[in-house]
Amino acid sequence: MDGSKGRKDGKLAGRKGSDQPSREAGFRVVGTPRWKVDAAAKVTGETLFADDLFLPRMLYARILRSTEPHARIRSVDTSRAEAIPGVKAVLTGAALPIPFGILPVSQDEHALVPDKVRFVGDPVAAVAAISEEIATSAVDAIHVEYEPLDTIGSIEEAVDTIEPRIHDYGPLGNFHKLIDLEFGDVDEALAAAEHVREDLYFYEGNTHLAMEQHAALAEWSADEKLTLWSATQTPHYVHRALSKVLAIPAAHIRVIACPNGGGFGGKSDPFSHEIVVAKLAMLTGRPVKITLTREEVFYCHRGRHPTLMWVKTGVSHDGTIRGMHFRTLLDGGAYGSYGVASTYYTGALQTVTYQVDRYRFQGARVFTNKAPCGPKRGHGTPQPRFALEIHMDKIAEDLGMDPADLRLQHLAPAGSLTANYLSIGSMGLRACIHKVTEGARWKDRFRKLPHGKGIGLACSSYISGAGVAIYWNNMPHSGVQLKCDRSGGVTVFCGSTDIGQGSDSILAYIAAEVLGIEPLDIRVVTADTDLTPVDLGSYSSRVTLMTGNAALQAAERARDLIARAASKKLNVSRDRLVFADRRVFDAEDPERGSSFAEAVQLAEAEFGTVGTVGSYTPPNSAGRYRGAGVGPSPAYSYSAAVVEVEVDPDTGTVLVPKIWIAHDVGRSINPINVIGQVEGSVYMGLGEALMEEMAYRSNRNLVHKIPSLLEYKSPTTLEMSDVVTYLIEDPDPNGPFGAKEVGQGPLLPIPPAIANAVYDAVGVRIDEVPITPEKVLKALKQKAAGLEPRFGPKSFPVIPWPEPIRIPPPWEGGDGRAAAAEAAGSGGRAGRAAAAASPFLEERQH
Amino acid sequence: MANRKPPPRAKAHVGLVVNGEPTEVSFAPHKTLLEVLREDLDLTGTKHGCELGECGTCAVLVDGQPVLSCLVLGLACEGHEVRTVEGMRDGPDLHPLQQAFAELGAAQCGYCTPGFLLTAEALLRHNPSPSREEIKHALAGNLCRCTGYIKIYEAVELAAARIRGEHAEPAREAVYGRE
Amino acid sequence: MLRLPSFDYLQPKTLREALKMKQEAGAVGMYVAGGTDLYPNMKRRHQEPKVVISLAAIRALRRITGGTRGSALSVGAGVTLTELRRHRRIRSRYAAVAKSAELISTPILQNMGTLGGNLCLDTRCNYYNQGYEWRKSINFCMKKDGDICWVAPSSPRCWAICSSDLAPVAVAMGADFTLVGPQGERVVPASRFYHDDGINYLTKQPDEILTDMRLPATNGWDAVYWKLRRRGSFDFPVLGVAAWIRWEGSRAAEARIVLGAVASHPLEVATAADAIVGTELDDDAIGAAADAAYKPSKPMDNTDFGLAWRKHMTREYVKGALKELRERVRRAGMGR
Repeated sequence: MDGSKGRKDGKLAGRKGSDQPSREAGFRVVGTPRWKVDAAAKVTGETLFADDLFLPRMLYARILRSTEPHARIRSVDTSRAEAIPGVKAVLTGAALPIPFGILPVSQDEHALVPDKVRFVGDPVAAVAAISEEIATSAVDAIHVEYEPLDTIGSIEEAVDTIEPRIHDYGPLGNFHKLIDLEFGDVDEALAAAEHVREDLYFYEGNTHLAMEQHAALAEWSADEKLTLWSATQTPHYVHRALSKVLAIPAAHIRVIACPNGGGFGGKSDPFSHEIVVAKLAMLTGRPVKITLTREEVFYCHRGRHPTLMWVKTGVSHDGTIRGMHFRTLLDGGAYGSYGVASTYYTGALQTVTYQVDRYRFQGARVFTNKAPCGPKRGHGTPQPRFALEIHMDKIAEDLGMDPADLRLQHLAPAGSLTANYLSIGSMGLRACIHKVTEGARWKDRFRKLPHGKGIGLACSSYISGAGVAIYWNNMPHSGVQLKCDRSGGVTVFCGSTDIGQGSDSILAYIAAEVLGIEPLDIRVVTADTDLTPVDLGSYSSRVTLMTGNAALQAAERARDLIARAASKKLNVSRDRLVFADRRVFDAEDPERGSSFAEAVQLAEAEFGTVGTVGSYTPPNSAGRYRGAGVGPSPAYSYSAAVVEVEVDPDTGTVLVPKIWIAHDVGRSINPINVIGQVEGSVYMGLGEALMEEMAYRSNRNLVHKIPSLLEYKSPTTLEMSDVVTYLIEDPDPNGPFGAKEVGQGPLLPIPPAIANAVYDAVGVRIDEVPITPEKVLKALKQKAAGLEPRFGPKSFPVIPWPEPIRIPPPWEGGDGRAAAAEAAGSGGRAGRAAAAASPFLEERQH
Repeated sequence: MANRKPPPRAKAHVGLVVNGEPTEVSFAPHKTLLEVLREDLDLTGTKHGCELGECGTCAVLVDGQPVLSCLVLGLACEGHEVRTVEGMRDGPDLHPLQQAFAELGAAQCGYCTPGFLLTAEALLRHNPSPSREEIKHALAGNLCRCTGYIKIYEAVELAAARIRGEHAEPAREAVYGRE
Repeated sequence: MLRLPSFDYLQPKTLREALKMKQEAGAVGMYVAGGTDLYPNMKRRHQEPKVVISLAAIRALRRITGGTRGSALSVGAGVTLTELRRHRRIRSRYAAVAKSAELISTPILQNMGTLGGNLCLDTRCNYYNQGYEWRKSINFCMKKDGDICWVAPSSPRCWAICSSDLAPVAVAMGADFTLVGPQGERVVPASRFYHDDGINYLTKQPDEILTDMRLPATNGWDAVYWKLRRRGSFDFPVLGVAAWIRWEGSRAAEARIVLGAVASHPLEVATAADAIVGTELDDDAIGAAADAAYKPSKPMDNTDFGLAWRKHMTREYVKGALKELRERVRRAGMGR
């Protein structure tokens, strides 16, 4: 069969030629569509996910979870469970008293809750037994006595409730975090602006819903070493949490992240079940596996924060944004998780798409008795992006401008510093907007389609990795070791975790590009804390840029070694040597050369074992104020989307037949996988926009209303839109070969573009997601009754904001530091300054 | 907690054909085909996402028809023919669907992939030239969270063309995006 | 992973054998056909049979007979939904049956689920179709392990809803069901097969087996089924509208309009049918029928979507279904 060509060299047949930009740039691997290194294993079912692992004498664990949303635990009686034949160990919170949490600033979780449960689903006890059936019966036999406490089920309740507190930390009451940052005098700017617009938006919570349920397997060896295999995106952080909670040296713990059956941010925290199986393995001396049920996965959650938003913007007649004041209020659920970062992210990236002269951000996160929220694809930015892009649409209408023109005329410039000190590198949004508006025939169709049909535009930007690590350290964010074998084979070792996004392949492509060999000549070993250097994890869209740069450095160092040896032997100067086609040869006399394997042998003879390392540390950020750690990134991706909708005015039903999306990825390392990420992001954005929702029963013990794959509505093939994808390549100086992120950014414009298209179709504003037919119909009825043609939040609660940290923007003489008093302690060396900027440490610094 | 008694219930002993091979296997009578395949036959290529028939991840073919292995008893498969993703390769060669999924990146995390592959295989067996709409309808019982399904459709179309004997390559737009 | 509890599994080859097995098993025995309803429920401990008697190997349940011009159609209860929707005669002459089968769950589940299984589908409710721990969190509900119906806490009854897509169609078409039990065979009209009670929702006795559905001969009547749900696949109906009309020319001589998923049984709305009988289904008549159906349609807080919208959609879907019937008769008339 034809495609066997593809199998041999891993790239697609018949696609050679100079018809793509990367070819023109002289790359052989970068920019060419090819198989992922794990493609064959994935399509044959050979990939071993965590639950596919079985060890001899393995026990099965189950966790008993709270049936109360907020209660003190009076007692836990495990005696009946322990008496069941086949039960090997029973654990309660007393066995694991040390708290943990992903951020140093919120170490508020326990592997098993010792004293107080905070949501239905909180882990309380655990069992290991010889079969899952017995473990289940044993969990049933555990009796827990609860003393119920008043519950907090919503943002409003959390704001209003001082006592009881869900946690005993945080600024006050049930606030987890309060932020107030002001970059220039925004009130003054608003007062002086020619037009001011104020809006409210709400973004409902939703979850990742990776098809793979979380699973973990632990083994405790006779020499007291722990191995944990887990479906985690962040083996390094799990490693740290295990060491802390189990109180055993990290050097005796090995964490192996199995390929994730989807992550989307949902497997980024260290989880209770990972610690529990480790402890059970230690107690029983046998391997212990746990696979969560789908319902339990809903309780792990860490998904999109429900977020209420208020935005007030002052513009000139031409749409220049003179000042913007943005407030967010996040429902964090029961624990901290990444919540402090999430909260900052709801205010960070408003400035990187359109130039904003002055900017103020106030953000608050509250605790509620619901499953904890955290990072989901786009982490903290889809909510404000939804608000901002509808807000821009409304401003354009107020000013009588075309929304595409409004955006195009006020793009944040490439290479500029924003009001909040984010350094924009390459910026391809202009090209993105042009592509999608041309493709969708925007000028011909916007405001011109018949009633019920509409199109809408939205844009966005996302980070390619965060500038600051989650825990303060001055080590690299990503490391690669590269081994060149005398056979010509190359192995790349890296701590990164492939969650389906293709990060393993990126390592191979980049090393192959540099060394002139084929990606399939390269073995990639990843996500094993014993074997691979640390990479912080698969989150923040950091992996291609950071591991890519680390791999690039390691490969270039290896190439240098090999070139030195080959140059001697071939008698060709090093700068004339070319690495290509599995050969090393003279650029001016290609016949003069050796095979790559021979060249490695020369290097090994000359220098000994050929191994190199590479690492990547992001550049220091320009901001020096507290909180400046969230938002800076080595590079920002850009997206624009036009969405076409059909709205049934009689029912409110919204169909989305087609979406045009352009994404500025800097450089496609493998365009086919870039497109896959774009399409997948569009899909997830579509689900969030139209139907996905974490719903709770406020009147029934705050249970999750629909913790199942049937009732949590994930779009099927029949809901998915046709997608036209344009890849924009505006190479960024910080990206490997210019590459920026693609895994998250393209989700962002979809929900607001749909909302804008609904307005174009039927003239009603749906200022919250999901945009359900009920909401559309209500707004249509209001419109028919002459009332405000809108569905959305009506007020924003009064929040006890702290005194703002005032940082003058760069064009008002600012240097990235807070003005006056707040500046104390931020003047030291770059490292100390970055530590001060990290928002994740501040509680400790107080 | 010591327990020296043997389990109270004897296992069932069943004969069936798995991926073309006559197979005998013993398991507890309440076990589903999913559990039997993964735990008693070591065929972990069949995945699971809910165990309630709500996602399509565990789809396998029984007598050529896609079914959800989480809702079929192993006992009910006595004498039947079961096909899993492990049986799709023809010797060392990938099935055209597997080949096309790999070429087009239709398997991202790869977790739902076996279910999609087998459902698509059943589709192509009785409809060698399905339209895009027919593919969507045939795959409407399989959820994927990674791909947005588009690369999957393209892969099914590519494989179908090759199975029909056509010299087919991925469309330029599928590989590089629209110009 | 969620697993089944242990039970004995029996695979009778004949109805007689099945009945005997059930008799021997007593109250802890249950029949299963496709298993797509029972097994998930067993995994969540809604039903806890100790003996499961599979009807899958009983050939008598898989027959499709009749349905040619002038004769009734008989469909065995064990016919799968895929067979039902692909069957040529059913597609051409009983299109609403094929259509509703096609709209059930997913193509894969249609390969497993059966006609009988869908007709006997356990009533559903968001307070009931949940895991054991979840139900414990709300102190269970009266349908299983508890005392209260959380949908209507002051009500003495259970409000779980009929979520079958085929049941409203069967009632609208005037189907008869054959039941075989230890006492022999009896025939029950579809309309009397269901109770408006979420727990005791079938008039079928637990030891009886539904063996077939008989649909009247096609002689000038037509029927349609409209299903409302969030997604085009997977989802149970949040509203079903089955409409049946016997035409005399272009005039409706007789009609039935049956709503699914708004009550514990398929809800026949006679007043809606009355509004169109004798008319040519002009827009006013359709509007009156839609208004009549709207009134008794009382969606409760037990499935997807808000109540007010589901109620609103009753009107829209009844209109849509009747307009489709009108279009069809007009097209047929023109073709004549």
